[in-house]
Amino acid sequence: MTAVTDPSTSRSKGSSRQRDDLVLDVRDLAVRVGDRTLVEDVSFGIGRGERVGLIGESGSGKSLTGLSVMGLLPEDVHASGSVRLSGVDHDLVGADERQMGRVRGKEVAMVFQEPMTALNPTTRVGDQVAEAMLIHGTRADRGAARAAAVELLDQVGLPTPASAARAYPHQLSGGQRQRVVLAIALANDPGLLVCDEPTTALDVTVQALVLDLISRGVQSRGAAMLFITHDLAVVATVCERVLVMYGGRIVEAGPVAEVFARPRHRYTQGLIAASDLTEVDGSGRLHTIAGSVPAAGAFPEGCVFRNRCPQATDVCRTRPPWTGDSPETGFACHHPAPDAADDLAGGAA
Amino acid sequence: MLLRILQRTGVLLASLLASSVLVFAFMAVLPGDPARVALGVNASDEAVAELRTQFGLDRPLIEQYLSWVGGLLRFDLGESYVSRAAIGPQIADRLQVSLWLVVTAMVIALVVAVPFGTVMAVRHRHVSGLLLSALSQVGVAIPAFLAGILLITVFAVKLGWLPANGWTPPNQDPVQFVRQLILPALSLAIVQAAVLTRYVRSSVLDVQREDYIRTARAKGRSSMAALRHHGLRNAGVPVVTVLALQLATLLIGAVVVERVFVIPGLGSLLLDAVSNRDLIMVQDVVMILVIAVLFVNFLVDLLYVAIDPRLRAGAR
Amino acid sequence: MPPTPPQQPGRGAEGGVSASPVGMARGRRRRPGPSLVIGALIVLGVVAMALVSFVWTPYDPTLVDPASRLAKPSAEHLLGTDKFGRDVFSQLLVGARTTLFVGIVAVGVAALIGVPLGILAAMATRWFGEVLMRGTDLLLAFPALLLAIMFSAVYGGSTLVAMIAIGIATVPAFVRLIRSGALQVMRTEYVLAARAAGRRPFAIGVRHVLPNVGSLVIVQASVSFAIAVLAEAALSFLGFGTPPPTPSWGRMLQESQEMLFSAPRLALFPGLAIAVAVLGFNLLGDGLRDYLDPRLEDRR
Repeated sequence: MTAVTDPSTSRSKGSSRQRDDLVLDVRDLAVRVGDRTLVEDVSFGIGRGERVGLIGESGSGKSLTGLSVMGLLPEDVHASGSVRLSGVDHDLVGADERQMGRVRGKEVAMVFQEPMTALNPTTRVGDQVAEAMLIHGTRADRGAARAAAVELLDQVGLPTPASAARAYPHQLSGGQRQRVVLAIALANDPGLLVCDEPTTALDVTVQALVLDLISRGVQSRGAAMLFITHDLAVVATVCERVLVMYGGRIVEAGPVAEVFARPRHRYTQGLIAASDLTEVDGSGRLHTIAGSVPAAGAFPEGCVFRNRCPQATDVCRTRPPWTGDSPETGFACHHPAPDAADDLAGGAA
Repeated sequence: MLLRILQRTGVLLASLLASSVLVFAFMAVLPGDPARVALGVNASDEAVAELRTQFGLDRPLIEQYLSWVGGLLRFDLGESYVSRAAIGPQIADRLQVSLWLVVTAMVIALVVAVPFGTVMAVRHRHVSGLLLSALSQVGVAIPAFLAGILLITVFAVKLGWLPANGWTPPNQDPVQFVRQLILPALSLAIVQAAVLTRYVRSSVLDVQREDYIRTARAKGRSSMAALRHHGLRNAGVPVVTVLALQLATLLIGAVVVERVFVIPGLGSLLLDAVSNRDLIMVQDVVMILVIAVLFVNFLVDLLYVAIDPRLRAGAR
Repeated sequence: MPPTPPQQPGRGAEGGVSASPVGMARGRRRRPGPSLVIGALIVLGVVAMALVSFVWTPYDPTLVDPASRLAKPSAEHLLGTDKFGRDVFSQLLVGARTTLFVGIVAVGVAALIGVPLGILAAMATRWFGEVLMRGTDLLLAFPALLLAIMFSAVYGGSTLVAMIAIGIATVPAFVRLIRSGALQVMRTEYVLAARAAGRRPFAIGVRHVLPNVGSLVIVQASVSFAIAVLAEAALSFLGFGTPPPTPSWGRMLQESQEMLFSAPRLALFPGLAIAVAVLGFNLLGDGLRDYLDPRLEDRR
């Protein structure tokens, strides 16, 4: 299914930022299982302290992208391309377990979606936090690590952190467990935090709290963040930039305010319209995107969205080129929605 | 947690009671007369009747049962119908021997199964994992007595390194004791190891998929280290279960191995008793075996609570 | 609640997490795996041996021929002769009959008792079901061999005694498995519908539950067959199984022990036969499980 990589469609050329400035530099990342391509042609960068959202529905490949950064892809799933992290002198793609072991938990850390199963049920919570530090030797000894663990648990807002540290996971609620996971992730002050739907499995009342903790945790350390989610509202709250993924490709990117206010790619447009519960279409129904997400690896040739796009035409059988000068801003669509300039000029899409 | 212990104790006691009834009832169904068997076909009727009274066989069944159970609780297992010797001490002696055999076999099996099973799980898509898997399939198919004979053929007959049979108590001649223990223990251990290996593999594979292993890797542990630090304890639970279940098989397997290697253990006591129609002996030995199995299961249940904190009070 | 004791890994997982009832994955058959093929071939081989023996054997296996005792394998005696001069190959062929016979009856008995009990335990009230399960668990303290020895003590050793004892000892395995499977079936919507429509429990049991646990039964039967073969061999080895002169692999093994120093091959042939037969049934069971319903256990 892979089309020939036409240099004009590759978005990694002409990056406006130097590689050295970036905390995370992803180029031409592709993820395959067997002969199916799940993620393709993904390139983006994250600078120091930047908070970037990666939006997509299930099946868009966003989780796989996050896992590729961490080197935690499942057994027969393989990544290709380049993922460079500042402070690490080798490429993360293709690195062996030993190399990745030094990187994970220290230079980059991850918060996963499901807090109920993320912790070892037979070990105390404090020990699990302390372990993160002991693995990388970021504290002098076991005692110091334990004390630091209590400190971290306090930072993530667990009441009575000292006794919380002695608790087992089953004695904590989902929200509390997720906070422990966050503490583990931030324990060694990573340069990059990857969050994969960290609040989706939590009660609504707890979500805001945990999101706040994540933001503050990242900010206080000056860390960059890649926030993977399907929830537009969350991205709007927490992130400065956003990447929109569909069909294993990045279809649009840019600053959050711009992309949300003025989506160009038709998918992004549909996504935003669908999350607006106050707007209705001509027949008084809430906006939806027609059709459903195709199975993994079975996206259409050319523009991955064309079988669901009302604006699709024959030209969409060829892959739309990326319009931006850099991977950070732009979109890939043959028939984009009009932007502000077009409006002013009074032109039609 | 206390509730749990009480509950399990209750189950243990009920099981003990029920099995004692089963065993007794089974033996009581027997056609024929133990007294006549003991004295022989040509004995006089009076002699047989007198012996029956001595054995207490003329009492109602309930009374016989209660007196037997009472004896069990007092560790008084009565006298053999055939040899008239006290059964208790005989069982005690033989039990020691059998225990040496069984425990050694179990230890060997565990020592082999845990690392091999883990390797098989970690490499389950590689050739090495598949080969080991095939090997364990073969191992499961080799009964202990066959393994015993094969081992004798190789190590005693062909190589002459180890004795082909016999038994010496450890305090009498430690070296000979060990030499005579190796082959029988190995025979039992081979099939046990194969069975356990498959369970370990299965259990480790399960654990590998758990989210908390992924969290451990995200902290920076390699797959193997994550498994070692976080997985083994959790993987251990099903393996311990199987150990307990396998103990029954192991104890019985020992019966056959004792025959192969001419070892004076509980198994051969049982077999001899069966041949001699010494039914009270059979009854007692079977009951001891059953008690042992039930008791081990009980202990293992308690062990769960120690291993898995979720089983203690207050899981959410 | 304690973790339920796992059956042999993949031997009918207790409380499996099938989304739909077991045995219903008919549309999703895959090609038969190597386990299934090899297992089936071996089992067919054993069956063939037994069948052939009814029609022809190179020699009469019970024929004592002192002149040619302990002969090495040759054109005349394919696998040689034993200490009585009896042809080993013929003994193996006829022994296959015993092995299969015991296995079939034992597994048959176990299934006939165990399957209805399992369904009953699943469909009955909580209390009754629990009692039933505890009862069968109790039986687990009496492995096949022990039960057979006990039976032999009372009734004397014979093929019949062996079969019945092994069968009874195998009942718990079936009960647990079938109960687990039946519980899953009962959670499905069509059973719910049947109950809502007022179908009597017996009818539900027969029309709905029974057909769907079929594949479970087949798999367990194969595995239990392997255990039965082992138990019968052990029994014969101890002298409690098929009495002489009928050939039996286990007894052949026992008889070979005296000759171990002079003719170890006499142990090899019956030993190999036993091991291969057990292997075959185990592989068949594993292969069938993978083939019939991959969701019974995660494919590894």
